[in-house]
Amino acid sequence: MTTADDALTYVYAAAPLTEALRDALNGLRGIHGSPVLCVTAPPANGTGTGAPSPPLAFATSHVPEREFNERALKNHFEDLEWLEEVARAHHDVVQALSTRTTVLPLRMATVYQDDDRAAQALAEQHHAFADRLAQLSAHTEFGVKIYLAPTAAPAGTEPATDASLTPGKAYLQRRRAQHDAQEAVYGQAQRAAEVVGAIASRYATQHVRHPAQSGALTGPAENVLNDAYLVPDAYAEPFRAAIEEAVSQFDGIRVEVTGPWAPYSFAMPPAESRHAADEGEERG
Amino acid sequence: MTLAEHGEPLPGRQVALVDLLDRLLSGGVVVTGDIVLSIADIDLVRISLRALIVSVGAENRPAAGGPGVRP
Repeated sequence: MTTADDALTYVYAAAPLTEALRDALNGLRGIHGSPVLCVTAPPANGTGTGAPSPPLAFATSHVPEREFNERALKNHFEDLEWLEEVARAHHDVVQALSTRTTVLPLRMATVYQDDDRAAQALAEQHHAFADRLAQLSAHTEFGVKIYLAPTAAPAGTEPATDASLTPGKAYLQRRRAQHDAQEAVYGQAQRAAEVVGAIASRYATQHVRHPAQSGALTGPAENVLNDAYLVPDAYAEPFRAAIEEAVSQFDGIRVEVTGPWAPYSFAMPPAESRHAADEGEERG
Repeated sequence: MTLAEHGEPLPGRQVALVDLLDRLLSGGVVVTGDIVLSIADIDLVRISLRALIVSVGAENRPAAGGPGVRP
């Protein structure tokens, strides 16, 4: 299939070219409701590197050139509404595929001039993609976030103060109490993070620490830990259950487990991932 | 598979945008090479959406929690 002159080829993900993939693509809609298609390519001149790779495919859509050319993209990336629509469409496609097959998500807004160029890129990256897909097979990403509860030390809280104190001393006492409460909450968060780490080390095969979230898109609670774990499917439920049970003992903080996610945070091999804590990444 | 019981995203339950952008803007495979037309420039996003996302505040204090909290 070729791409029309006024269209570009947007790539959502790479996946093994199987019947399951074809089934998953059937009827699937992506950005702006466009059909999700399949671009395939044989491995580029297999330069005698060991075992033959399985055939792979890119899941793609044709998107309007005027909207997705590089200049337009830069403008659109300033537009949260546009960003959300494309992000959700991208994610919905990746998620739909991930329920049927191992999937390697591509960075959002990876765009080629046409299907031929996309196929060429797929051929060139074939071995790297096949290796990574093999590593990610039967694994799922989970997120673990720790928040300080917003009610932990509200500014207006008036701890009981001795009525005989001068206003100045009473003020200092309140400040001190607030500070102590805050420190206690951080201590809880620290211990919870250690507990989460210990549990995760029993179940997860890889770990990535994302920067804590802040800003207008986040809620009132302060996020102090934002980690992602790659967990074998068989351990997914025990992992989640163990974390939820272990953190219930902590006051003043909230722990949120998100997922299952397609392996966005683990799409690049650990060596190339800036945040990778590469706990026990093994070849084999 | 046990995953489906608990973890399968429910229809209508929307993933938090902040979590989504966290992954889509900093995760996923980055394909390099001459033939890729464009991959959205994350640095750009870091700058212009800083106030909204700031999942990129880098070296944010881990859970250790620094003292620098002002009441």
